[in-house]
Amino acid sequence: MQTTMPRKRLIPTWIPTLLVAIAVYLLVAYAKQTDRISVYWHQVIQLAGLTAITGLGLNLIYGFNGQFSLGHVGFYAIGAYGSALITKDLLTKWSGTNVGALAWMIAGQIGLVLVLMLIGRLRVGQIRKGLAARLETLIKPHEAWVFTTLVTLILVAFALALGVGFVWLAQKPLAAGLGSLITKLPEVAAQNVIFVLALLNGGTLAALVAYLIGLPLLRLGSDYFGIATLGFAIMMYTGLQNSDLIIPTMKGARGMVGIPRWTTWGWVFGVLVVLVIAMRNMLYSSHGRAIVSVREDEIAAKMMGIDVAQSKALAFAIGGFFAGVAGGLYAHLYGFLHPSSFSMVKGFDPLIIIVFGGLGSMTGTIVASALFALIIEGLRVLLPQGFEDWRFVIYPVLLLLIMLLRPQGLLGTNEWGWLRPPIPPMKGVPVSSKPSTARAESGEGGA
Amino acid sequence: MSAATAKQEYTNRTLDIRDLTMMFGGLRAVSDFDMAVPENGLYGLIGPNGAGKTTVFNMITGIYRPTEGTILFEGNDLVGREPYLITRTGVARTFQNIRLFQNLTVLDNVRIAYHTYAGYSMIEAITRLGRFGARDRVMTEQAQDFLAVFNLQDRQGEIAKNLPYGEQRRLEIARALAAQPRLLLLDEPAAGMNPKEVGTLMELIHFIRDRFKLTILLIEHQMRVVMGICEWITVMDFGQVIARGTPRDIQSNTRVIEAYLGKRMGKEL
Repeated sequence: MQTTMPRKRLIPTWIPTLLVAIAVYLLVAYAKQTDRISVYWHQVIQLAGLTAITGLGLNLIYGFNGQFSLGHVGFYAIGAYGSALITKDLLTKWSGTNVGALAWMIAGQIGLVLVLMLIGRLRVGQIRKGLAARLETLIKPHEAWVFTTLVTLILVAFALALGVGFVWLAQKPLAAGLGSLITKLPEVAAQNVIFVLALLNGGTLAALVAYLIGLPLLRLGSDYFGIATLGFAIMMYTGLQNSDLIIPTMKGARGMVGIPRWTTWGWVFGVLVVLVIAMRNMLYSSHGRAIVSVREDEIAAKMMGIDVAQSKALAFAIGGFFAGVAGGLYAHLYGFLHPSSFSMVKGFDPLIIIVFGGLGSMTGTIVASALFALIIEGLRVLLPQGFEDWRFVIYPVLLLLIMLLRPQGLLGTNEWGWLRPPIPPMKGVPVSSKPSTARAESGEGGA
Repeated sequence: MSAATAKQEYTNRTLDIRDLTMMFGGLRAVSDFDMAVPENGLYGLIGPNGAGKTTVFNMITGIYRPTEGTILFEGNDLVGREPYLITRTGVARTFQNIRLFQNLTVLDNVRIAYHTYAGYSMIEAITRLGRFGARDRVMTEQAQDFLAVFNLQDRQGEIAKNLPYGEQRRLEIARALAAQPRLLLLDEPAAGMNPKEVGTLMELIHFIRDRFKLTILLIEHQMRVVMGICEWITVMDFGQVIARGTPRDIQSNTRVIEAYLGKRMGKEL
C-alpha cells in the first residue's frame, strides 16, 4: 500500500510545460519558415492541433464526465459551417451586407438564451401541475389535459415570440454597428476580429445546441445516450447534405466553397493553448470536481448535493464548444467544407484518439492526436507506392495492440507537468479536534 | 401502530415520517411506516434482512419516491424533491456498500461534498480571478479539517479505493459530514468491521453527534452497536413497524425476538 504523500515539487510545474509548448511552437514555425516541411505536412500538423481541441472536448464529456457520446462530429460540423458562413460573408456579401450573417447569429443566440431563461422564469412545469390539480376536480382528466397543454403551448409561444422579436429588433443595429466597426479598422485587424468572432460564434452555437439536446438526452443511461447522440450526428449529416434548401450558400451536398483560408499554425496553437488552460483550470476547481464525481458514482454525487443533470449538461455544452471552435479552424484550414467530412465514420476519430490517449487525461489526448495524424499520414509516405491503402490495415492493427497491451490508453488518467492536479498544502492539524479513539485506530490501520 | 407511536412524546422532531408506503409493482416493500426522530437524537432502525430499512433511507434521501405518505424534515416535506436538493436542505447519508468516488483522492472526495458551498462561478474558476483563490483555499482547509477529525489527514493525496476498508468507512462518514447535514443517515456503518473497529466506530458516532450537533439515524445489524449507542429504536419486519422504544424495551419484546430468531417450535405446531 502506498503511504507516500506527493512532496512539493522543486520546480513549479508550469516552467517545463511552458518550455515544451514554446519549443513545439517554434519547431513547427521554424520548419515552415525554412521549408523543411512541405505545405502538406504543415497542414497535417495543424489538423493534428485542431483534432486535439475536438478530442479534449470529447474527453471532457466521455473521459471526465463519463457520458458516452457519438455525436461529437455533429458539433464539429456546426462550428465549421457556423463560422464559415460568417467569414465568407465578409468577403462575398452573400447575406446582402458583409456582416449580416454575423449579426443574425449573435442576435439569434442571445435570443435563444433569452427564450430559455424566460421559459425557466415562467415556471411552465409548475403552472401546468397546479392547473391540472385544480381542473381535475371540475372536469374530466382528458379535458383538463387539453386545457393544460394549450396553456403550456401559449406560454412557450409567448416566450418564443419575445425571443424572435428581440432577434428581429437587435439584428439591424448590431449589423450597423459591426459594419461601421470593420470599415473603421484597418483591413488586417478587421479580418482578425471577424475571425475570432466567427470561431467564438461556431463554438457557442455548438454549445447551445449541445445544451439543448443534452437536457433531455442526458437522462438516458450511458449506452442509450450514445445511441441517441449517434442519431443526432446522422441528423446533422443529412441536414448538411440538404442545407442549400435553407441557406443556398452552404451548397448542400456539393460542398461549400469560397471560405477564406485564414487558419495558420499560430491560430491553431494559440486556440489550443487557451482552451487547454481553460479546461485545466475548470477541472481543478469545484465545478470540475463535480463533473468528475458524476463519472465516478452518480448516486453518491447526488447524495453529496451535486446537481447531476446540470453537471452533465454543462460538461456536454463545454465539450460541444471545444468541438465547435475546432470545426471553425478546420473550415478555414482548407477553405472547403463537404458533408462527407462530418460523416459518422469521421466521428469515430476523436473517440479513437481519446481512448488511445487515455480517458480522463488531457495530456494523453494531445499526445494521441499528434500520433494519430503522424501515423495515418506518415504511413502514406513510408509505404511503397500502390500500397498506401494498407495503412488502414496497419493502423487498426496498431489500435488492437494498444488496446490489448494498455487497455487504459497511453497515459491512463495520468497528466504531465502543469496539467497535473495541483497539490494542496498540508495543513497544521488542530490536535484538540481529534477524537482520541480515531487516532488510536488509524495507528494500527496505517502501518 | 397507534399504541407504538404514543410512546414517543418528544417535541422537537427533526424527522417525522408518517404513513410511508412504497410499492414496487404489486410488492409492498414498506407499508404505513411511521417514525419520529428527536432533535440531536441517536436513533436506530433495525430489522432482519429484506425488512425494508434501506428502502426507507432511499425514500428519505429522494432516490425512491414513496407511493404514499409524508417525510417531514424540520417541518418541510421532502417527498418529491430532487435528491441533491434534499441533501442541500441538510440530510446526508452513507451507503451500505461503500460508495466513494473510487478513483479520486481522499481530499477530493471530501471537497466534492463541499461543492454546494464553493461560492465561486465557473468563469471565476476558469480565469482564476475574483473569489476563486480565497474560496477554494477555504474549501480545501475545511475539507482537511474534516479529514483530521477522522484522522485521515495523512491520506489526503491517496486514491480512495486504495484505502483499507475501515478507513474507507470513515472517509465515507467524513464526506457525508462535509455536506454539512443536520440529519445524518448511516446505513450499516459497522458492516464488515472486526470487534475492535466496531468499538472505535461506536465512540466515533457518539463523538460526531456531539461535535457537529447532529441528529443521527442508523441502520445496523450488529446488536452490540444498536444496543450500545442508540437512544431509541424502531424495529421493522416485512415492511412494517413491529416495535419501537428504548433498547431495553426492544430487548425484551417478544415480536422482535420472533422476527430475528423465529417462533418457538411448539407454537407453530
